[in-house]
Amino acid sequence: MKFFISLLSIAILSFIVGLYTSWWSVAVVAFVVSLCVVQSPGSSFWSGFMGVFLLWLIIALLINAANGGILANRIGGMLGVGQSPVLLAFITALAGGLVAGFAALTASYIRKKV
Amino acid sequence: MRLLPFCFSLLITVLLIFILDQPIGTKVPMPLGSFLSPQTGFWQNAEDTAYNYSVDIQQSDLKGNAKVYFDERLVPHVFAENDEDLYFIQGYLHAKFRLFQMDLQTKAAEGRASEIAGPVAVNYDKEQRRLGMKFAAENTLQVVEQNPDALARYTSYTKGINAYINTLTESSLPLEYKILNFKPEQWTNLRTMLLLKMMAKMLSSGTEHDLENTSLRAILTSEQFNLLYPQVPDSLLPIVPKGTVFPKPMHDYKLPANVDSAYFHNQRIVAAQTRYREDKDNGSNNWVVAGSKTASGAPILCNDPHLELSLPSIWYEMQLTSPTSNVYGASLPGSPFVIIGFNDSIAWGVTNAQRDVKDYYTIRFKDDSKKEYWFNNAWKPTQQRIEEIKVKGQAPVFDTVAYTLFGPVIYDGAYTDTITRQDALAVKWMAHHTGDDGSAFYKLNRAGNYNEYVSAIKDFECPGQNFVFASRSGDIAIWQQGKFPDRWQGQGQYIMPGQDSSYLWQGYIPQSENPHAFNPERGFLESANQRPVDGTYPYFIPGTYITPRANAIEHFLSRMNGISVQNMMELQNNNYNILASQMIPIFLHHINEAALTAGARTYLNTVKQWDFEAGPYSVGQTIYQFWLDSLQRNIWSDELGKTGVKVPVPEEQTLMELLITDSTALGFVDNKNTPQVETLRDLVTASLNGAAVKLAQSEKEGRLEWAKFKEPAIYHLLKANLPSFARTHLPVGGAGSVINAIKKSHGPSWRMIVQMSGTIEAYGVYPGGQSGNPGSRFYDNAVDSWVQGKYYQLWMMQKGQEGDGRVKWTMSFIKG
Repeated sequence: MKFFISLLSIAILSFIVGLYTSWWSVAVVAFVVSLCVVQSPGSSFWSGFMGVFLLWLIIALLINAANGGILANRIGGMLGVGQSPVLLAFITALAGGLVAGFAALTASYIRKKV
Repeated sequence: MRLLPFCFSLLITVLLIFILDQPIGTKVPMPLGSFLSPQTGFWQNAEDTAYNYSVDIQQSDLKGNAKVYFDERLVPHVFAENDEDLYFIQGYLHAKFRLFQMDLQTKAAEGRASEIAGPVAVNYDKEQRRLGMKFAAENTLQVVEQNPDALARYTSYTKGINAYINTLTESSLPLEYKILNFKPEQWTNLRTMLLLKMMAKMLSSGTEHDLENTSLRAILTSEQFNLLYPQVPDSLLPIVPKGTVFPKPMHDYKLPANVDSAYFHNQRIVAAQTRYREDKDNGSNNWVVAGSKTASGAPILCNDPHLELSLPSIWYEMQLTSPTSNVYGASLPGSPFVIIGFNDSIAWGVTNAQRDVKDYYTIRFKDDSKKEYWFNNAWKPTQQRIEEIKVKGQAPVFDTVAYTLFGPVIYDGAYTDTITRQDALAVKWMAHHTGDDGSAFYKLNRAGNYNEYVSAIKDFECPGQNFVFASRSGDIAIWQQGKFPDRWQGQGQYIMPGQDSSYLWQGYIPQSENPHAFNPERGFLESANQRPVDGTYPYFIPGTYITPRANAIEHFLSRMNGISVQNMMELQNNNYNILASQMIPIFLHHINEAALTAGARTYLNTVKQWDFEAGPYSVGQTIYQFWLDSLQRNIWSDELGKTGVKVPVPEEQTLMELLITDSTALGFVDNKNTPQVETLRDLVTASLNGAAVKLAQSEKEGRLEWAKFKEPAIYHLLKANLPSFARTHLPVGGAGSVINAIKKSHGPSWRMIVQMSGTIEAYGVYPGGQSGNPGSRFYDNAVDSWVQGKYYQLWMMQKGQEGDGRVKWTMSFIKG
């Protein structure tokens, strides 16, 4: 239960904060949420990772669907990952997920009793 | 707290953010984190294909309210209550749809490309600054600032651009800024002038070959030079129909006393060289047919400017309506007004005049400090501009440019002549000192008849253009307009001595004597970058003229009657290679079939069957091109190679004319590097044998058809760096010397046809789309139509048509 609360909070807060600030705000959000919701380091990491991974994946896929893949195909060509919008969305989500995951992990060690 | 894992995890987090928050080398110039983030990065530029462009925009700079109606091709029809609002909105729309291109072009004009592209652009920037691009723009702005009305228009336009720039957030920045990781700068009136100087450079800076001519004269006699690079080609069909009588000029110039010894007979190989020469085929077609030759009885005007093709396109289509204006056509993002188009009374189009308006003078500096130069028997001080070129990722580069009475010293020991250090050359260029050329278009947008058209363009100075004209009242006309020096015979063909005032331009050709024609008896006028007049024109007018396209246009127009719009569309897309039709018989006359290889014989048979159409699937055109290239190399390279510097080879047209009367081409046919004397028969045969080897290779690769061979493509402005943003392998025909002048990525950048009937009927297409955003469906939506030679009907929307089905979106500009 804690895991899902943490994951959802990170996703929702990341979305809201992301409207106004830089991309790395996902790290701050994941860190703060993980600090508030005490979990094991493993669960913290995965709630942070999945929270932002899913958020970014869904936004990217929704935008891509509305765009008919026009831009993702061009950017995919530019970045050398081929004309696959889904792969590009996956890479996008992975980048965000990793940053948030490690930020959450970091916070979890503060609360973790020795 | 577990300290060790905490520190370790914190380190990874910080490191990840650090890596993702900055560019990784030149290959990945953008910080990946923000670029990938779907809330700030490129995903935000992926426009919904059903995007709604309707929006209310409140602006305190507006004087009244205005509406912009977008049609299904995203062409805006602007309706404003006054001119200032009109150009404010034009600026806003240019920025909204084309900001990056305007920003890039004006930065490049000013010599600031290195700020974006890094060290690779430093030499480009040096050349722009040494040519005096900013100096020229500043001079023009000074003129503009003396005219309050003109200044108000440019200022409104600038404010409109900035109003849009000020709305930008990290996520709404145009895609290219995210890729290259920089931010747009505020627009200024100076930047508009810079954009116009960029056009002046594109069209009037590559039209002279003074440096190369000087080198050529070191190895050619003046007779040879004049025959290989003729002023008036034998087959010229000038813009002003032959037989026109020109008034006697009132020359009062003086030949320099030492002109023979110091100029005509004192040429040498020049080490200085232009690094970034404009494409020699920056040209265009335009023509107009009178009602006497059309099916409808109304004149039809056609224009297709040939420029580098790019995505986004150089043009942005729009309609501009205010109480003083109702005009439709192609505008140039970065400048107000419509440049090529029509209003409810007249239509006009432009082609390039190709005139030489740029000369070079040798400068003798007192010493390396470049602070003084020898002029009229005294040391005269230069004005120095210390140019600081900021370079992305590196320390700035400094360059000192010395300004003389002639103009800036473009080449010297510090730039391009770094080895011999002999050539300090000042450049004198018409574009350095012009009036407010842009306002000619303001007036042209509002002209209602022939007289108003003449008075609109008469102050236009540089780049010289052929303004073709048609009116609904039935008049047709053409003027080659610009400010041109009144040169003595030979002046400025070569580098001139700059030690005194005797070689300066002594005056200008009176504007009223610029080549022009009005309602000619034959019922049509055309220009396609050819020499504007025949040899009877009483002024010396060197230039880089192109002859064959005009000949092809005249060939067809003179035979046509009862012309329809459809006929004109076909003519703009015509692929008939008129030069090949004249050259091939010469080749066939001289070929020694017995000495051909088996492969060459097969290709010869194909060429014999060829109908001279350079269509996309033509094999004859490919064979001809290989054969011709091979022959030209065989004829010229042994002699012209002696200069050791890059010089232009004589035109295909010149070679053809020469071979008709002299099969030795003044002896150039003989290869000077062999003991025996080669004949044209030897060379034509050997050239085909040589070409056949390469043709066989192309055939093996499946690239024998013309379009497969030349691979026409339209690249994004950042060119080969973004291949996935380009449209490649386009199945289009054409060639530089045919009416449909499509080369690899250069050609008709806008095709327009206007029939001046009761209700004006107009058609147009350009290879691109209205949106500069690569994430928009309007980025390249018109490319396929252009490829197929199709046109869109252009809608001159009238007040009261707001409910018309063609209106898809409405943008409301509200004062407040």
